Amino acid sequence: MATVAPRPFPRRHLLGIEGLSAREITVLLDKSEKYVDRNRRVNKKQSLLRGRTQINLFFESSTRTRTSFELAGKRLGADVINMSAEASSVRKGETLIDTAMTLNAMRPDVLVVRHPHSGAVNLLAQKVDCAVVNAGDGSHEHPTQALLDALTIRRRRGRLGGLIVAICGDVLHSRVARSNIQLLVAMGARVRVVAPPTLVSPLFERMGADVHHDMASGLRDADIVMMLRLQTERMQGAFVPSVREYFHFYGLDYQKLAAAKPDALIMHPGPMNRGVEIDTDVADDIDRSVIREQVEMGVAVRMACLDILTDHLSNAAPADAGAAE
Amino acid sequence: MARSFSKGDPGRVAYVNARLVDPRDGRDEPGALLTDGHRIADLGPGLFADGVPEGIRAVDCGGRVLAPGLIDMRAFLGEPGHEHKETLATGTEAAAVGGVTTVICLPGTDPAIDDTALVEYIERRAREDAVVRVHPMGAITKGTEGREMTEMGLLGNAGAVAFTDGDRAVADARLMRRALAYASGLDLLIVQHVEEAALADAGCMNEGELALRLGLPGIPAAAEVIALERDLRLVELTGGRYHAACVSTAESVARLADAGKRGLPVSAGVAAHHFALNENAVGEYRTFAKTSPPLRAEEDRRALIEGMRRGEIDVIVSDHSPQDQESKRQPFIQAAAGIAGLETMLPLALELHHNGSLPLMRVLEMMTAAPARLLGLDVGRLEAGAPADLVVIDLDTPWRLSEAGLVAKSKNTPFDGRPVQGRAARTVVAGHTVHELAPPR
Repeated sequence: MATVAPRPFPRRHLLGIEGLSAREITVLLDKSEKYVDRNRRVNKKQSLLRGRTQINLFFESSTRTRTSFELAGKRLGADVINMSAEASSVRKGETLIDTAMTLNAMRPDVLVVRHPHSGAVNLLAQKVDCAVVNAGDGSHEHPTQALLDALTIRRRRGRLGGLIVAICGDVLHSRVARSNIQLLVAMGARVRVVAPPTLVSPLFERMGADVHHDMASGLRDADIVMMLRLQTERMQGAFVPSVREYFHFYGLDYQKLAAAKPDALIMHPGPMNRGVEIDTDVADDIDRSVIREQVEMGVAVRMACLDILTDHLSNAAPADAGAAE
Repeated sequence: MARSFSKGDPGRVAYVNARLVDPRDGRDEPGALLTDGHRIADLGPGLFADGVPEGIRAVDCGGRVLAPGLIDMRAFLGEPGHEHKETLATGTEAAAVGGVTTVICLPGTDPAIDDTALVEYIERRAREDAVVRVHPMGAITKGTEGREMTEMGLLGNAGAVAFTDGDRAVADARLMRRALAYASGLDLLIVQHVEEAALADAGCMNEGELALRLGLPGIPAAAEVIALERDLRLVELTGGRYHAACVSTAESVARLADAGKRGLPVSAGVAAHHFALNENAVGEYRTFAKTSPPLRAEEDRRALIEGMRRGEIDVIVSDHSPQDQESKRQPFIQAAAGIAGLETMLPLALELHHNGSLPLMRVLEMMTAAPARLLGLDVGRLEAGAPADLVVIDLDTPWRLSEAGLVAKSKNTPFDGRPVQGRAARTVVAGHTVHELAPPR
């Protein structure tokens, strides 16, 4: 391999946050920052990925993440194709690996993959030649979500280190929580996870988070309150007795929020269950809630990831092809 | 090489210049052994001191270990219904390579071995195709579905050597109690896959930090311990003979020690991969390291070896579970569990001898005399008149296990590339050599 200079992000794929250094995370965030500005202009279109093909392969339904990746690819000039499991041959019994090999034969440059099972994206990445971006796999990781959350926080607070971040809700099954804990811990934030004992494990302490079972202690002096979505199928007696009881103890309302810092930011990866994990007024509080801003950051972060990963591909586009500067 | 050990007369064969090792009576001495037809005729240190007489074929063991052929108490051999994963021909060929001369096959086939006709079918197919001895275990419940007891008495008469629902646990406590009680009247052995299904079913690897990081649902050690504790209570109630098929946790070893002290008729097995690997083998979602019960923590692995040393665990098994590529090349949670273990059991067990964990005699006992005693088999001993099932073991030569080197039909092994020391140099069943390692260069 004729690599010339050390690359700022020396990886072929973005499969997770685990293993990324603070430096690599910073490289991604700095690059994203430039795309935020770019996206606020009238002409958002660039030609950095002109001629490149991006396939969004979603084995699990998603609107916002898929749209965000699609916009990111198109704004960079790539040809973007969306494939969903419903429409593909996966339903006909073709294995994940067969699907990967088939798509690989079509010579895409980037595969953006979401899958309901942990590790499925890693498996697929072993079988293809192109760059793979994990858009969420089971309960494992959702790296671009963690990056967009970090970017949102960094722009509002100017830093990540030293902040107290409370992640509340179904931590156990959440890929968003896993990616966020690892990113925030790597960047020096103090992370707490807050959930009933059925939705969190004491083992999260080994990932560097403090485990809390009540909102009052978990939110005390928090700079950031990050709410997670509670999957409806996990309620009704399986992990918590009822929606009503869950909201009573863990739903974010102004009363519970009072424990946090007065200017604490409220975040949510969406889509929200209003009245289940978050009170409607809190979610819509323009002084506190940065939920819409997270969505905006999402496009910029995904553009930055596509930019950096395709930069590694052989015969990379010439530098004057319109990279964000 | 003989396609089948049951055909033809192998004549008289002298195994000279051997280190005779028989765990049943503790014999470990240089000597020779004579087989005549299908049986051992004589053995001892002085035998053939003046050379081998004419008319007897001589096999020079080169000072290597000559032991009773190994008995593997737990292997899935595919037939009937899963011939795409393993057959009696390929499975027993793998056994021969692994030094195994008797394979006990599991009843979780399709259809399950829950009827005398199936036992007879296995025996007939084994006569046609197998290169080592095969005995089936019968199902405890019809279809291994955990609802109705099988005709254990008749199955036993037909040749089933013990009873198990394979990789399914008998969940219903009342049914398990009755099975143990009924079996005790006929002195049959009940073999349980020790797992509380309600705690285990949602999981796919050991519960712990690694599973948490990988986002995979875990199986807690308690899933095994709870089931074992329940079963031990039922053994106490019924007096039935009970064997825990393969235990995986430190806690289980402690419970077995306790049961032993109370004199309960309880025994246990351990799969080679459970003392050779821990959960870290899963690494980045390696489905070849997905097993049932799952690979556990390092403390558990060490406790298993300690349990083997102290005799709380009685037998080593391969837990041979052949899986085709389709079943393993899947996201971890969807992939099938199991390791193709027949060919790797002996080299892995010998690691325990080489690293000083267990004496060689104990290692071999767990694959010869111990399973023979539990199952009431005539094999597993070096004695005049005993069946001539033998293995010549090269203890010392280092080599690497390899996936490509396996002869089993399915090659799902997590041990590809593992450096090991020692292997079966020659495997003899009923006087016939069924496997012989090519001499080095």
